[in-house]
Amino acid sequence: MRDRSLIYLGLLIFLAVVTFPFTYNLAAGSGEMPDLEYPDNETQCVESKEFMRSSHMQLLVDWRESLVRENVRTHKTSDGRTYDISLTNTCLAACHTRKGDFCDRCHDYSGVENPYCWDCHIDPEQTERSAR
Amino acid sequence: MIISRKKFLKLTGISMLAATGERIAESLAGTAPSAGPGSPRALTAKRWAMVIDLQKCAREDGCTACIDACHRTHNVPDIDNRAHEIKWIWKEEFKHAFPSAHNEYQAEHIESLPVLLLCNHCDNPPCVRVCPTQATWKREEDGIVMMDWHRCIGCRYCMAACPYGSRSFNWIDPRNDIAQLNPDFPTRTKGVVEKCTFCDTRLAKGELPACVEACPQDAIFFGDLDDAGSEIRQLLKSEYAIRRKPELGTKPEIYYIV
Ligand code: SF4
Ligand code: SF4
Repeated sequence: MRDRSLIYLGLLIFLAVVTFPFTYNLAAGSGEMPDLEYPDNETQCVESKEFMRSSHMQLLVDWRESLVRENVRTHKTSDGRTYDISLTNTCLAACHTRKGDFCDRCHDYSGVENPYCWDCHIDPEQTERSAR
Repeated sequence: MIISRKKFLKLTGISMLAATGERIAESLAGTAPSAGPGSPRALTAKRWAMVIDLQKCAREDGCTACIDACHRTHNVPDIDNRAHEIKWIWKEEFKHAFPSAHNEYQAEHIESLPVLLLCNHCDNPPCVRVCPTQATWKREEDGIVMMDWHRCIGCRYCMAACPYGSRSFNWIDPRNDIAQLNPDFPTRTKGVVEKCTFCDTRLAKGELPACVEACPQDAIFFGDLDDAGSEIRQLLKSEYAIRRKPELGTKPEIYYIV
């Protein structure tokens, strides 16, 4: 048991390496939930916050199938409200007017920078900027 | 237990009533779900088709009103390089648009007559038959040959299959060559094929196709081929109209009055 100190040192180094991602994020403060800007004019989303957080992609895929393939262009929420199906005109133009402070912040946080939706779907804020 | 014939018939009747009663009550109360998608404003038809009057179209030399309107509406990029260009609707001389109607002694004003070209929304579309992902398909309710850019994998089989060159492939990111983005329509991305969609988005809002609306000469007619009373059916009845390469069996649905 002459190597006890060496073993402990080894264990300590091992632990430090294994937990590095967590300690690093803690130190950098990036482990915290992103601070999102919510729309000023709306208090309610198409579905509940919890649903949107976990399943907005499923909702968007359903919207896509509904509009493009079935020509059904409006969405009825579970509590009976109706929305036009449009990522640009409903989600962005009507509510999340600053995509960067909402969509992007959360996407960046969860490591899905620039989902390819935006390759085609337009951020209306950008068109305003390009028009100026 | 022995049931008399009378009792059996009674029981059958009652259970059938019970089974259908709810539907009957629903329809009496007028709460039965209404058939068909889309908003009440939408323009609908059984078979959309287009008639183009070439003489009217040629009245104003070099007019591009329909092309500009279409390309602005659908965020079609204006790329200078012919190898990369994207077009939904464009003009070609008669002798190229209708090669089988060409002969070397034909009057020059016929040979060089500008012909407006776009997807023919064929009733028997070869592009649809070859698409491996069903990214392009014929909408059964009105015959429009649709595109789903989410699904297109850019294999370009459809481009090889289309005998009219109606499709363009995005070799480069189109966003850089769009002068003014229209937020009402998405752009496409590098690696997908695109073409005219008969303005399905505008039809759903109750608007005619952008080219029809923009034409200052009223040379483009759009309507239901299935409706004998429609304007295009009346035109086809009274005027001589031709289609591009009908002998291929694609059943193109753009008619040209020469
Ligand atoms: S013109 Fe070409 S792209 Fe259009 S439906 Fe016919 S084959 Fe398909
Ligand atoms: S390029 Fe796209 S639309 Fe054309 S056949 Fe391939 S997947 Fe289908």
